[in-house]
Amino acid sequence: MMNMSTQTVANEVFKALADPTRRSIFEHLSREGEQTVHALTSRAGVSQPAVSKHLGVLKRAKLVRDRREGRETHYSAQPKSLAPLADWMNVYGAFWRERFDKLESLLKRMDQ
Amino acid sequence: MSESAATTTLVIEREMPHAPQKVWRALTQGPLVEEWLMKNDFEPKVGHKFNFRSEPVQGWDGVIAAEVLVLEPHTRLAYSWATMGMMSRVTWTLTPTKGGTHLRMEQTGFASEEDRAYKGAKYGWTSFIGKMEQVVARLN
Repeated sequence: MMNMSTQTVANEVFKALADPTRRSIFEHLSREGEQTVHALTSRAGVSQPAVSKHLGVLKRAKLVRDRREGRETHYSAQPKSLAPLADWMNVYGAFWRERFDKLESLLKRMDQ
Repeated sequence: MSESAATTTLVIEREMPHAPQKVWRALTQGPLVEEWLMKNDFEPKVGHKFNFRSEPVQGWDGVIAAEVLVLEPHTRLAYSWATMGMMSRVTWTLTPTKGGTHLRMEQTGFASEEDRAYKGAKYGWTSFIGKMEQVVARLN
């Protein structure tokens, strides 16, 4: 169906985006562009350590990139990292379409 | 989300020129399901845990662990679908039409089974779809 490494990467991405706060941070960065941890914290409604932890998870999934400037760390979204999800869609899309064909031909063979 | 946002819901729909009762049989009788989907030990009972099995290929043991979640005769069937450490949910919806049945398959999800953050809500992982977009693959 899908090779293991693609699956592992997809897992990281799914896990990272499973949390509503992280999803919100990621969406915000996708929409607004680069932000400092400080700016993200004042918006997120959770503590700075919590935001930093969430950013760490997003970074490991390669969904965000960080850039240090002076005393501030700036984060930006890396939407290309969502590609494994698109791969997943393609794999299962092809799988189910084929199964629908088989189901259709089975139904033709079945009695009412 | 940005334009390139990925999707976590896959929808496939097709008109079947057969009555919902007949389509339902094909979806819920183990030997029939095997003919078009995979070997299985499915039973039409909510809470029944079963497996789909296909030929193992490199990197995949061919086993899908499933549990019947919803069973509304001739209308709706849903089961969990876990394989390779990933969890999703497959929902079949049958709607009667003039010529037969509109059949809709929706696969949503994905959370890692190891991620115990999901244990709070039993099927909390479905909420993970969030605002992400849907891809609707229309056939025919």
